[in-house]
Amino acid sequence: MIEVRNLVKKYGTHLAVDHLDFTMRSGRIYGFLGPNGAGKSTTMNIMTGYLGATEGEVLIDGHDILKEPEKAKRHIGYLPEQPPLYLDMTVREYLEFAAELKGIAREKRKEQITEAEKLVKIKDTEHRLIKNLSKGYRQRVGLAQAVLGFPEIIILDEPTVGLDPKQIIEIRNLIRGLARKHTVILSSHILAEVREVCDHILIISRGRLVASDTPENLEKMLGEHDQIELETDAQPSQVRLILKNMPGIESVETRTDSAGKTWAKITEKKGEDVRESVFRVFAGAQIPLLTLKATGTTLEDVFMELTQKDTVPKAFSDKTKREEAENDAGSV
Amino acid sequence: MLAVYKRELRSYFQSMVGCVFVAFLIAFTGIYFMAYNMTAGYPYFSYTLSGSLIVFLVGIPLITMRSFSEERKNKTDQLLFTAPVSLWKVVAGKYFAMATVIAIPNVIFCIFPLIIMSQGTAYLTVDYISIGIFFLLGCVYAAIGMFLSSLTESQIIAFISTFGILLVLYLWDGILSMLPSSSISGLAGVLILVAASALYCWHMTGNGVISGGVGAAGAAAAVIVYIVMPEVYENLLTDLLGRMALADVFTSVTSNSIVDVTGIALYLSIIAVFVFLTIQSIQKRRWS
Repeated sequence: MIEVRNLVKKYGTHLAVDHLDFTMRSGRIYGFLGPNGAGKSTTMNIMTGYLGATEGEVLIDGHDILKEPEKAKRHIGYLPEQPPLYLDMTVREYLEFAAELKGIAREKRKEQITEAEKLVKIKDTEHRLIKNLSKGYRQRVGLAQAVLGFPEIIILDEPTVGLDPKQIIEIRNLIRGLARKHTVILSSHILAEVREVCDHILIISRGRLVASDTPENLEKMLGEHDQIELETDAQPSQVRLILKNMPGIESVETRTDSAGKTWAKITEKKGEDVRESVFRVFAGAQIPLLTLKATGTTLEDVFMELTQKDTVPKAFSDKTKREEAENDAGSV
Repeated sequence: MLAVYKRELRSYFQSMVGCVFVAFLIAFTGIYFMAYNMTAGYPYFSYTLSGSLIVFLVGIPLITMRSFSEERKNKTDQLLFTAPVSLWKVVAGKYFAMATVIAIPNVIFCIFPLIIMSQGTAYLTVDYISIGIFFLLGCVYAAIGMFLSSLTESQIIAFISTFGILLVLYLWDGILSMLPSSSISGLAGVLILVAASALYCWHMTGNGVISGGVGAAGAAAAVIVYIVMPEVYENLLTDLLGRMALADVFTSVTSNSIVDVTGIALYLSIIAVFVFLTIQSIQKRRWS
């Protein structure tokens, strides 16, 4: 369990983190999402005790990271943006050093290191010097260091950067596997990754928390209007004519693709589902529908909406406030 | 602490820096030993050692320059400072690793007086004490170098600044003879010192009131003392700054066979101060 209370970090006059406030429960995967320079890494660096905060506090299982650093840090495994590797050591030597530093008991060290190596699949490279490893392998060594000793909280700053697609899938599976027993916090600016892996997303923009919810809820909240896309052989004018007077439709846009097919994008009125009636109308007009699909709001839309604009949409600010109130009530 | 110590020590000998330092110091001392003790037949090894002091000017910056600047540049300090190990243990681990590298040639030096003894009369007490103080002086220089390394991200800057300071300390006696001894210059020196401490206070706390208060109170006290009894300030600069000729403690053993216990205490306190300053400069960086 991690509690971040009113966290502020100033670099001179620049406000990197602006009154962040959130709670993270055990056994879930949290995703930090935000554009470059939003304050993700700074927040993670404060949460792990690498940096001091200007204001506010971070409690790791009830231990303040600044007041009881040794107790708090014992619960955390951290992979920073750039893996903290000593290039002149072999993988095994490095992990032995990290294990000793983390205070893992001597008799358990060997077994724990082997387990971590197997988990990230670097057992074969354990006697190679880190400076001779590729970027992907270095990232894995960093990851092995973070999971070493299996701390309750594992914090990963952009864990899949520099990996090839196959490795990315492996690492994602690994993260999901870890989440059964650990709290995993990862940051990323790759939306698909966060969407796929995380149970809960925190969107940060300009150092402020602008949204905090499950990926599904985030998408639902912004999607005030649902959209339907369809593909037919008919002319655009014909499609528009058919759809013109249908109830439940707000607007229709059509376009013709390179293969000569007509695509129509239908925006529904709020709360309506017109898919079935659209199908029936086209069937009645003897026009076959080649494609008919509902396209809700994607996380990408949510992200753009929240990070590009200065004001946060009402639905999100309401929701975030409500959650904060719930959290406060819970902690009291 | 032990983990950091072991890693550092191993790294010194894997990266050759440690080997080069040890080899260079022993080779240099070996040549002096041949010339003074073997060929010329001078029975004091301590004299030979005082010639080797110059190797420290280059050798110590060589072993201290990497200590914190490299960690910071490669961001490996994130591993050290997010591990459940307190900061002073990390600093102490690194410092003891340096001290160990410096100790290795000194342990080998212990053989040299025995060689002299096998050829005739040797003055073992003086020789061994001077080896001990030589080692301690190396540790003092290493503490200064470690502090400078913690201030920068660049090894080169750490090396050059450490070398510069060690060179000034080495040439200190010459510089000192140029200082005036009048009481007004003594007052000026004290005022500069007060101003520097007020600035440092402001730099560390960022609080104008506290640092201004420290500066004003210090300056007022200094001026009042000057008005009441100006004789306090006479020769103050040379007396005070003369303490900074750190090598004097060592050379008084090697040339006059006088062991200055207060000098040893001075060495130990300088080590403590610079280790403390290293910890502070790292803490400062975390909070700014």
